[in-house]
Amino acid sequence: MSASDITIQFDVNGETRAVHAPPMKRLLDVLREDLGLTGTKEGCGEGECGSCSIRMNGELVNSCLVPVLQADGATVETVEGLAKNGALSPLQQAFLQCGGAQCGICTPGMLMAATHLLARNPHPNIAEIREGLAGNLCRCTGFMRIFESVILAAVDSRTDQVSSGSPDAR
Amino acid sequence: MQVGRVVVCYASTRMAATAFPTMSTHATTRIVGAPVPRKEGVEKLLGVARYVDDIEREGLWHGATVRSTVPRALIRSVRFDRSIDWSEFVIVTAADIHGENHIPLIFTDQPCLADGKVNHCDEAILLLAHPDKHKVRQAVNAVQIEYDLLPTVFTIEESEQQETIVWGKDNLIKSFLLQKGDVDAAWAGAASIVEGEYRTGAQEHLYIENNGIIAEYSEESGLTVWGSLQCPFYVHRALLAVFNLPAEKVRVLQTETGGAFGGKEDYPSTLASHAALLAMKSAHPVKMVYDRVEDLAATTKRHPSRVRHRTALDENGKLLAMDIELATDGGAYSTLSSTVLSRATLHSPGPYSCPNVRVSSSSWATNTVPYGAFRGFGAPQAIFAIERHMDEIAAAIGMDPVELRRRNFLHQGDTTATEQLMREPVLLDTLLERALSESDYYAKRERFAFENPSSPVKRGMGIAAFYHGSGFTGSGEPYLNSLAGIDVTPDDKVRVLASSTEFGQGTNTVLTQIAAEAIGLDYADVQMAPADTGIVPNSGPTVASRTAMVVGKLVERASLQLVSSLKEHAGLETHFSRADFFEACRRYRTTKGEVVSLCRYEAPPGISWDDEKYKGEAYPAYAWSVQVAQVAVDTVTYSAEVEEFWAVQEAGRVINPVLAGGQIEGGVAQGIGYALYEKVILQNGRMVNNQMTNYIMPTAEDVPPIHVYFEEIPFQHGGYGAKGIGELPHDGPAPAILNAIKDATGVSFTSIPLLPEDLHAALCSRESVEEPTTA
Repeated sequence: MSASDITIQFDVNGETRAVHAPPMKRLLDVLREDLGLTGTKEGCGEGECGSCSIRMNGELVNSCLVPVLQADGATVETVEGLAKNGALSPLQQAFLQCGGAQCGICTPGMLMAATHLLARNPHPNIAEIREGLAGNLCRCTGFMRIFESVILAAVDSRTDQVSSGSPDAR
Repeated sequence: MQVGRVVVCYASTRMAATAFPTMSTHATTRIVGAPVPRKEGVEKLLGVARYVDDIEREGLWHGATVRSTVPRALIRSVRFDRSIDWSEFVIVTAADIHGENHIPLIFTDQPCLADGKVNHCDEAILLLAHPDKHKVRQAVNAVQIEYDLLPTVFTIEESEQQETIVWGKDNLIKSFLLQKGDVDAAWAGAASIVEGEYRTGAQEHLYIENNGIIAEYSEESGLTVWGSLQCPFYVHRALLAVFNLPAEKVRVLQTETGGAFGGKEDYPSTLASHAALLAMKSAHPVKMVYDRVEDLAATTKRHPSRVRHRTALDENGKLLAMDIELATDGGAYSTLSSTVLSRATLHSPGPYSCPNVRVSSSSWATNTVPYGAFRGFGAPQAIFAIERHMDEIAAAIGMDPVELRRRNFLHQGDTTATEQLMREPVLLDTLLERALSESDYYAKRERFAFENPSSPVKRGMGIAAFYHGSGFTGSGEPYLNSLAGIDVTPDDKVRVLASSTEFGQGTNTVLTQIAAEAIGLDYADVQMAPADTGIVPNSGPTVASRTAMVVGKLVERASLQLVSSLKEHAGLETHFSRADFFEACRRYRTTKGEVVSLCRYEAPPGISWDDEKYKGEAYPAYAWSVQVAQVAVDTVTYSAEVEEFWAVQEAGRVINPVLAGGQIEGGVAQGIGYALYEKVILQNGRMVNNQMTNYIMPTAEDVPPIHVYFEEIPFQHGGYGAKGIGELPHDGPAPAILNAIKDATGVSFTSIPLLPEDLHAALCSRESVEEPTTA
């Protein structure tokens, strides 16, 4: 810690966290080093690969390009916040079932980009999925099974809506 | 392998074959062939899988590398800028190396650290370590090195002229001569002779996780290394040489690995040596994780190539003779260039039957970063050439390119260029028909030919047919002498014991599926033992599409042996429940000792290979594929886009359809990048576009729909019938796409990558030639 460090407080995956860090420290490094949230990965350090994708105030951002001072007071969501009580989210479950993850290094960022896409557009078509994931590079899968995973998660959410919305479905 | 472990029920292949019935690959299976979820998938999806950069150690320091800025020179002086307090740092040079100053691979020409001389840009000269990651990176720029420059060589052509010698006596890293029949006698009787020259550029693996290692040293334990790597025992061997330590004083553990594609086959041996040198000197654990810029500039890439074909045909389009001259750029040190050249040589005649073949191949040294292993290992270069050339032949003799291939395909009973007899069925005709019908090839070609003249977007269809040899070449698998198996721990964990690593391709899943199937347990009952040289035996490197086939078979055999042994020695009944199995293991443990079953590789019977003459069984098995690309070339923007892609293959038994499909799709996408996007731009032998901003791979918006179809012929010597699959899909996209571009535009392109500026140059020059005649 040095004299120029500042105190930053923000909400991470529903918990209020405070860190002392240099104001220009990358949010990626604060998450990984100060908060131990190593699920968020670095692939390129220049906002090209999307491995460090997180959601901040409901927007999808590359955390390698965000100085931590910008996160003061923000709401931050990372891959560690997707599962509830250790149970995979429907999106994570779909990735597991469809083969959407291979080496896994792009997966946290890909999941955050897909989460963001589905939050804004619960039933995207294939063109919208491609566009929504265009900032996240995957070198293993050729993307086909990632698209399938997102489609399956979207279909599941539609099924859920129908079953919870219709008394007859009981 | 732990010393002193009791090996039970060890048997050779022959003993196993006679004592126990081997698994019929046609048998109905419960787990093999099922889309069970990836073994380590949940950890990866939760974000809790631990990659090397996610690991902290008490008292950890960070390492960095000072690299050459010139391609070839003597080092005159090294100066340390006085603005830095160097007493805070540990500095390692070649003088700190206690063992050999080289990274042992095939040859021993590559130094661990430059000693007085550099042979390429970004060669490691000295190493720095400091507790602060940022300070150590800043300090790299405060080391100034003065050089006396030496003459350089940057291309295959410059190297083969041998005017400037930069490697050995003659710049020639390796050469092969493969001969079948009498090529020279065939020209006279030919109806036609077609020549062509084809070139491929370097390609970067672009695994999303950069290279990284953590090393630790203590007097008692020796060296321990954790890292992102494919081959724990390669790293182990390198550390023994560099540190002159006994085998038990070096331990290598693979951490979760974020992609590799061959790029983490040999390079981790260098990086591990560097981190270990710093750890030993600083007496701290040292982490070295490259950033993208350093990883792209300093680590290996796919070999650039130049292939010349001269082909004789009879009046029916049957191949009479193939004369092939193949050259690769090896870079400044030999690394794996000789074996890459071998595989390129053996794949260069394509999947065709030809009575007279000559392949003369050579790998030349240049002052660029050494080229190394990359998915396909020389085959994509060779197959690009032959499959583009087949379309050139077809055009020259006025035959449909599909028909030309069909007339020359290898069939069961034919021999390859090495005179290997095709004993197993060869399904090329079936694969071809499936690819044509699924892609609606002929109808589309007809429609595009009608539509193209009136459209600024020209569409075309292209095809590629090929094989990929599974496993090590020739005598390679017997030489590896792999050992793998399973054990059952006292707390009822069934573990696969293998040094085969997971880096996305599915090793963990496939090997545990095979063990669970063979024993008769559930998939959830079997785990992988940690990829730790202190625990697992050496089952060979995780390369060459060999894991499911070769190591899978060892795991299958070891599992069957274990069950037989439990039946013989621990009262396990013929039909047993899960509880019975673990009860029998407990009885065995009480009376006999540890429950372990290991099997060693033995070559399938009747296999022979002559390394001198390059004759015989080049590979234990071949996977076969036909791919079709549908491409659109926009004559306004000069972009070429793959609109749809079909991949039909026979790779033996499919162990897991989800993972196998993922391998094909990922390989095709990487092959599309190879053809149309990925260009390594070198200046003075240094990659200058060493960022993801300007080295471009296909994104989610670029990869077309990829349709994948498998035909299955179980291979009796592969794990539950598997052959190699990982590299196969990367072999075909580049020629299929360029063939489609020719179909679309009428222009033959003979080199990759083919970027919009290349299309622009060629299509514009054609227009300027054509215009006067159309005006």
